[in-house]
Amino acid sequence: MTNATYPYQLSARKVRAEFIRLLPISLFVVAFGAAFGLAAVQKGLEPLQAILMSTTVFAGASQFAAVDMWGSEVSLIPLIAVVFAINSRHLLMGASLYPMLRDLSPGRRYSLLLLLTDANWAVSAQEYQSGKRNLEVILGGGLVLWVAWIFGTWLGVYFGGLLQNPKTLGLDMVLGCFLLAMALGGKKSPRILVACSIAALSSLAAWKWLPPNTHVVVGALAGGAIGFFWLDKKSERASPDEEGAA
Amino acid sequence: MSVETTTLGILALIAVITLVTVVTRFGGVFLMSFVTINPRIESFINTMASSVLIAIIVPMAFSGDAGSVAALSVTAVIMLATRKPLPAIAAGIAAAGLVRYL
Repeated sequence: MTNATYPYQLSARKVRAEFIRLLPISLFVVAFGAAFGLAAVQKGLEPLQAILMSTTVFAGASQFAAVDMWGSEVSLIPLIAVVFAINSRHLLMGASLYPMLRDLSPGRRYSLLLLLTDANWAVSAQEYQSGKRNLEVILGGGLVLWVAWIFGTWLGVYFGGLLQNPKTLGLDMVLGCFLLAMALGGKKSPRILVACSIAALSSLAAWKWLPPNTHVVVGALAGGAIGFFWLDKKSERASPDEEGAA
Repeated sequence: MSVETTTLGILALIAVITLVTVVTRFGGVFLMSFVTINPRIESFINTMASSVLIAIIVPMAFSGDAGSVAALSVTAVIMLATRKPLPAIAAGIAAAGLVRYL
């Protein structure tokens, strides 16, 4: 019964394989976590509070921005606005996995999403483009990234003073390089190339002229609009009556 | 409205940040469950997914220092040449470190 309704079966073996696969990138995430832990205690958080934040939030950029707003008191509305703006890319990332996630029961679907972050999403989304369904990387890869993030924060709050500035070692570029490698990895149709160019231009324009932290969503939606209006011939043939539905 | 950073206040703030982040993780999928997936939506999702990556990376390259530009360019070249992500990423990071050291 359950199988009939939710056909996606998570393979334990594949989850373990994805855990190992994202282990190398997780070592770099430890360095980021340490940088966050150090920043958090310098802003006045207790070590355990910083570790708690990394455990429950698990979204690096927004955590840095949040502790940046720390003082003797914190204004709630600006904090919520900044955290939401930085993390709003999750809305689109989750939506892009929906064709796979709908084949999981709601309980599993939303549990999996708790581990959704840039690196494991990038792998899953790129593989989906080349026809592979891989939600195991969200679970296995997400777990290793999460543990690395918490462990890094722990290192940072207790031993942060001993750490080198991660920036001089180029460690701040790990995620950027990883995402770029993913972006260049998939196969590219002319449609995707046009969408990416539009996304590049509009994200730059948004970064220059719109409020901070809106550029990812603006660029992604602009690129998505290309796909919405420009369909591949193949998919048009697959469902001739989609005109009415759209 | 402000929250004092007492122990209880900080725990409340962490709860708020967690809640906002969980809403972003769940929200997109929740909204999609009301959308019928047809080829047009599928096409939107696919181009949007590639565009998310680009929209993160391009402003990063433009706002970064020489080190970040070096990291991204070296990663791009090695990735296109070898199609292997790990060597490409490692070379990119090494390039950033090298440029900043010089």
